Amino acid sequence: MTESVLILGAGQAGAQAVQSLRQQGFSGNLTLIGGEPLLPYQRPPLSKAFLAGTLARERLLIKPEAFYRNAAVDCILNNPAVSLDTTERRVTLADNRHLYFDHLLLTTGGRPRPLPCPGADHPRLHYLRSVADVERLREHFLPQARLIIIGAGYIGLEVAAIAAKLGLNVRVLEAAPRVLSRVTGAEVSAFFTRVHTRAGVEIHCDTGVTAIEGAPDAPRVHTAAGDVMEADLVLAGIGLLPNIELAQSAGVACDNGILVDELGQTAAPAILAAGDCSNHPNAIYGRRLRLESVHNAIEQAKTAAATIAGKPQPYNQVPWFWSDQYDVKLQTAGLVQGHDRTVVRGDPASDSFAVFYLQANRLLAVDAINRPAEFIAARKLIPTGAHPRPETLADESITPQDFA
Amino acid sequence: MIKVTYIEFDGTERTVEVEAGVSLMEAAVTNLVPGIDGDCGGMCACATCHVHVEPEWVDKLQPMADLEDAMLNLTEGRDATSRLACQLEAAPELDGIRLRTPLGQH
Repeated sequence: MTESVLILGAGQAGAQAVQSLRQQGFSGNLTLIGGEPLLPYQRPPLSKAFLAGTLARERLLIKPEAFYRNAAVDCILNNPAVSLDTTERRVTLADNRHLYFDHLLLTTGGRPRPLPCPGADHPRLHYLRSVADVERLREHFLPQARLIIIGAGYIGLEVAAIAAKLGLNVRVLEAAPRVLSRVTGAEVSAFFTRVHTRAGVEIHCDTGVTAIEGAPDAPRVHTAAGDVMEADLVLAGIGLLPNIELAQSAGVACDNGILVDELGQTAAPAILAAGDCSNHPNAIYGRRLRLESVHNAIEQAKTAAATIAGKPQPYNQVPWFWSDQYDVKLQTAGLVQGHDRTVVRGDPASDSFAVFYLQANRLLAVDAINRPAEFIAARKLIPTGAHPRPETLADESITPQDFA
Repeated sequence: MIKVTYIEFDGTERTVEVEAGVSLMEAAVTNLVPGIDGDCGGMCACATCHVHVEPEWVDKLQPMADLEDAMLNLTEGRDATSRLACQLEAAPELDGIRLRTPLGQH
């Protein structure tokens, strides 16, 4: 009998799984199911070129429609799954259709964390995750408009950069003491605060939000300190919640994501997961991770596809991330959590420098600001458990290739 | 529109028409050329669109930026003709360009 693979979630991981399954020689039935009306598209440009209006919607697609046709994939879009029966190996879609599978790959992604305060339903409060979100946001994303961004993470700061360039008046409110506090160290936070301030963006740290109220076209943001700020539109970028409810309600083990092993398999037979929704054991860092990145979505999808195709290859990747703001390209390799020392290479005032993060002298991560060679060198070194000398990392007369 | 020919490691050739300004990675993905994945979407961040440019075309290309140079250092089989297709934009002077996709990307 012909085997059937269902891929639930038409995002970066879903598209990659289609490609990798066919490349690995899987010749059975392949169905890709998405809740949005579009074929899988790239999300990183949503908060950058697509928001700025310099990249057309058609160019967001990860693969053209012909790719799915050639790969003989049945794409069912605009029709999210509503239930999963692990015993019957059956998925039910919103239109009540039942689909049976031999292997199920969950690439359900995530959704923006909702603002946990009164007024989170204000019509001028926006989130940014989908094409539809950006198209709605752009209606009011006009020069002179007063934009308040809640949360100084990647999304918030990337939107701030585009907004400042387009001539909006931008204020960023961050509850933590510094910007990007979940993902980077103090040096890089200080650098981005300076870059945004230079561009005319007001950054307010230690500023929690307690409520949004006001007329439908005139939101007012209340802060924990008792300030009231008037705006024309508000964007909340305070993190992502993994879409695990379908798995959870079917009894598939979850803990900050759908738990998978190093082959992408969940605790339930024949069910795998990949991308933002999943939580995997990372051999390099010796702990479980749930990552929100394109690279992880692609690599985990490759891992899951190889497992399904009977050619298992354990996942073993250094996480990496990038962010573009103004003329600054930040490339991060590794994870900074747990570092006990930082080494700065170059001068942060020059807009070209790198910060290395060490834990007991082992290299954990690098933030490379317009410094691709340092990024590449660290990506190679981190998985080897290297202990580069701090003096070497800081010495600009030594090229990054010679760090080891 | 210019003509771009992609040559697979086994010699299979595909010629496609590309609009000026579109990257030669995007054109390959859109036309389902095997061996060019463009995982990162053209951010010069993944090196899955490594190509060898036929020698007579190398000098006609835009010079390489530091980022592309660093990314190419990550890839196997880099030589003097190596480029990342996402960093090559279709332009009239490249009409007829020929690119080989490395074995390692198939």
